[in-house]
Amino acid sequence: MRERNSIFHNIDWVTIVIFLLLMVIGWVNIYAAVYNDEHKNIFDLTQNYGKQMIWILTSLVLGMVILILDAKFFSAFSYVIFIVLLLVLILVLVIGKEVAGSRSWFEIGNFRLQPSEFAKFATALAMAKYMSALDLNINRLSTRLTAATIILLPASLIILQPDAGSAIVYSAFILVLFREGLSGNFLLFGVAIAILFVLALMIDKFVLIGCLAGIGLMAFLLYKNLRRQFFWIVAAFIVLAGYVYSIDYVVENILEPHQQKRINVLIGKETDIKGAGYNVHQSLIAIGSGGFLGKGFLQGTQTKYDFVPEQSTDFIFCTIGEEWGFTGSIIVIIIFVGLLWRIVILAERQRSKFSRIYGYGVAAILFFHFVVNIGMTIGLLPVIGIPLPFISYGGSSLWGFTVLLIVFVKLDSVRLQLL
Amino acid sequence: MNRNLSERKLVIIAIYIIVGFIFAARLFYIQVIDESYVVYAESNVLRKNTIYPNRGVIFDRKGKLLVYDEAAYDLLVIPRQVKEIDTSEFCRLLEITIEDFRARLKKAVNYSRYKPTIFISQIKKNEIGFIEERLYKYPGFFIQSRSLRIYPTQIAAHTLGYVGEVDDRDITADPYYKMGDFIGKSGIEKSYEKVLRGTKGFNVVMVDVHNREQGHYKNGKYDTSAVLGQNLYLTLDADLQAYGEKLMANKIGSIVAIDPKSGEILAFVTSPVYDPNLLVGRARGENFNRLMADTAKPLMNRAIMGMYPPGSTFKMANAVIGLQMGTLTEGNAYSCAGPRTSPIKCSHNHKSPLQLREAIEQSCNPYFWNVYKAILERGGFGSTESNYNKWRSHLLSMGFGKKFNTDIPFELSGNIPTSNYFNKIYGADHWRALTVRSLGIGQGEITVTPLQNANMAAIIANKGFYFPPHLVKAIGSPDKTIEEFTHPIQTTIDPSNFIVLQEAMLEVFEGSHGTARWAKLEGVKICGKTGTAQNPHGKDHSMFIAFAPLEDPKIAMSVIVENAGFGATWAAPIASLMIEKYLNDSISRPQVEQKILDADLIHVK
Repeated sequence: MRERNSIFHNIDWVTIVIFLLLMVIGWVNIYAAVYNDEHKNIFDLTQNYGKQMIWILTSLVLGMVILILDAKFFSAFSYVIFIVLLLVLILVLVIGKEVAGSRSWFEIGNFRLQPSEFAKFATALAMAKYMSALDLNINRLSTRLTAATIILLPASLIILQPDAGSAIVYSAFILVLFREGLSGNFLLFGVAIAILFVLALMIDKFVLIGCLAGIGLMAFLLYKNLRRQFFWIVAAFIVLAGYVYSIDYVVENILEPHQQKRINVLIGKETDIKGAGYNVHQSLIAIGSGGFLGKGFLQGTQTKYDFVPEQSTDFIFCTIGEEWGFTGSIIVIIIFVGLLWRIVILAERQRSKFSRIYGYGVAAILFFHFVVNIGMTIGLLPVIGIPLPFISYGGSSLWGFTVLLIVFVKLDSVRLQLL
Repeated sequence: MNRNLSERKLVIIAIYIIVGFIFAARLFYIQVIDESYVVYAESNVLRKNTIYPNRGVIFDRKGKLLVYDEAAYDLLVIPRQVKEIDTSEFCRLLEITIEDFRARLKKAVNYSRYKPTIFISQIKKNEIGFIEERLYKYPGFFIQSRSLRIYPTQIAAHTLGYVGEVDDRDITADPYYKMGDFIGKSGIEKSYEKVLRGTKGFNVVMVDVHNREQGHYKNGKYDTSAVLGQNLYLTLDADLQAYGEKLMANKIGSIVAIDPKSGEILAFVTSPVYDPNLLVGRARGENFNRLMADTAKPLMNRAIMGMYPPGSTFKMANAVIGLQMGTLTEGNAYSCAGPRTSPIKCSHNHKSPLQLREAIEQSCNPYFWNVYKAILERGGFGSTESNYNKWRSHLLSMGFGKKFNTDIPFELSGNIPTSNYFNKIYGADHWRALTVRSLGIGQGEITVTPLQNANMAAIIANKGFYFPPHLVKAIGSPDKTIEEFTHPIQTTIDPSNFIVLQEAMLEVFEGSHGTARWAKLEGVKICGKTGTAQNPHGKDHSMFIAFAPLEDPKIAMSVIVENAGFGATWAAPIASLMIEKYLNDSISRPQVEQKILDADLIHVK
């Protein structure tokens, strides 16, 4: 078994190529985003692109290490890793370095580490471990509550930092649960909740509740088999109506002012292109002015002259949109959708339930980042500061995503040995 | 169950693909269909910097500097960059009120949050250093150099005019102008605006988010360079102009002197005058309002806007028209019974009857009433009305009752009433010479401007023609004269008819009974005519027209001193001194000069 000795034995090269490709796209665009005449060298370590190169190289090392480790390690130690990460999340609340009002970072010398980027991986492991138990029945309430606890524990700790953006990433696990048998109504319910949230802020509440009542009535009249569900329809109506009523309260009392503003800007209630809407406005200008083929590498005026804030991190997609145009943007989107698709296919070929669930966890997290990050830069979603996986500048996030993905690649490579 | 659940991967993959399609559709819309973002991106990054060329310099006819540009500074603001500042300290620095500060900032915000707007314009060189040193405390404000008009001689304020910031009307009328630009508002600055202003240049530069310039857009492909304004050489004689203004100090009125051989205006005095430097820079608004409020109307250029009854100076016109129409000959004699004469009495004491020369010399009202009567009652040519129309057309050919429309803005036309005017009042064919008798001696409805009166003097000097009176001799360099003004305009009067007028006007100075004999200048044959115009505003206007020397006229002029009394008392000696100054460049009669200089006809009544 010569191949067994190679750490690259049986690994999925499609995933690896996409992984490398995304990192290179990120590196080149970070270079364009922070480019200035005085530091033309892409390897200049004083600049973000030079540093990103270091993160990429260390990520490769990290990936190698993961591939060398025994795959059983991740399954065996998933709870340990999860608990350690929870402790670390607590620790960061105490000794973390406060940056822009949040305690999300450890600072060791010049080096900063964001533990929440690794907590996603740990949660995916714990979720996979828990859900892969042989006698698990997802329709049992206790199962659902335990699963919810695994999701909500790290999310709550991250909210305390506070970093709401990173916390809501955990809602992506609902897709994993769906795959494992959770009723599709939860997905529909989640979508309904999101749509109602936006509608409640945009149109009159009474009209909205009237519409809900109408939909309920129609469902009741049109589908005979729903008639027996009368009680559930009424209950759902009451819950949704109450939800609609509470949205104003939530927005005005629970959300931070800057979060309120971002939501108001998105739904067009506020057109403050100087304040909260500035990022999105400039981001749209950058992407929108890219045209079909883009302005060309290093030719983006929005990018070059710093009109878009956070451009190497959360708004990196602006650079792609401006300099590479519709063509470049679509290529990135195809690559992402391809990666997600590939991960699902790999997950489905796992013999081990643990590996499959973990794979779905990886896909769910990457998907959530992809949707929210790009959706925000093109003005479809409110500004939620989470990075675009493998592309955005940042050591913690790149390491976090690398670990997340490569562990799955490792699990996949040994799929025939695991049960 | 498991197989069933594995179908759910399709739902999940479908979600990925749907999201991918939504993103693709949105990207296609904002990147390919909607072009507005391209415009936004350009407006973000492209800044059109204006290069203001220096305005043309203005010289007098001898090359003496009258107006030039000096470096000045504008304080600009980019409202978006304005942070919380100590407003009251800032206002103290700029010497403006807080209300003023808010109003200016609001104006700038209304224009654009992102583009630089002039906050305070034309800050003088000596003030800028102090402001500039402290400007670092006030982000969003910066300084741009401009220029400021300087009038070293302080003369001829009305002729030169002034420049001011463009208003909405200027911008609508000519899109060349942008908010904060300057434009000639009156005088030469207005009529030669396009020559003087030059052409603005533009640099299209790229700026970053902090509005710092990052270099020329497309390597300067869209840059244009500024073209300097052209210099102007005026017809004015600065020394004569200054002397005229000095003589007219503490008097209200006007002196217009023309070179009859070219129509060049040598002196264009209106009084009271103001220092043109007052209407420059930051104090302009305040000074302008003060001048506006002055009851003596110092902003009004009386030489072209003052519409005066011409009084006896007008007798020259009537005489020459009578001669032309054949209703008057040199030998015609009319009697005068002094104050008892009807219908117009005479204020002078002289022999009777008298002939044309003597009547001019002594300005006999009854004589000219008879001259006028003869014109309007001329037989064989139809009614009074047709004779009146003939008389009027002769006047119009001499430049009365209309504008010259050369290069002097805000010129008024004076008034020579049409026959229709009298038809309306009295009914057609219901008015006779007697009805309109006051026109015979330059009173009644007739009004003329000092410029028209001076032109009349030039016509007499030229014996029947004139050049359009104008203020600019050459554009660009002294030899580039303006062709348009070099064509003589013939009046409808034959040259021969002017000889007797000239001789009689000489007698006004030289004759033993001449009304201006005491203002005579030894060695120069000055021809003149006094006028004492009754007017509804108080004491009579003192008026005079003159030209000299008789043999070879070099200067023709009109003088009016409002509410000063007899023409002989003030206007005649002023004309005489002006002529002496121009022809001899020295004054031989200090006592006459002193009397004029000492006279304060405004403050003492």
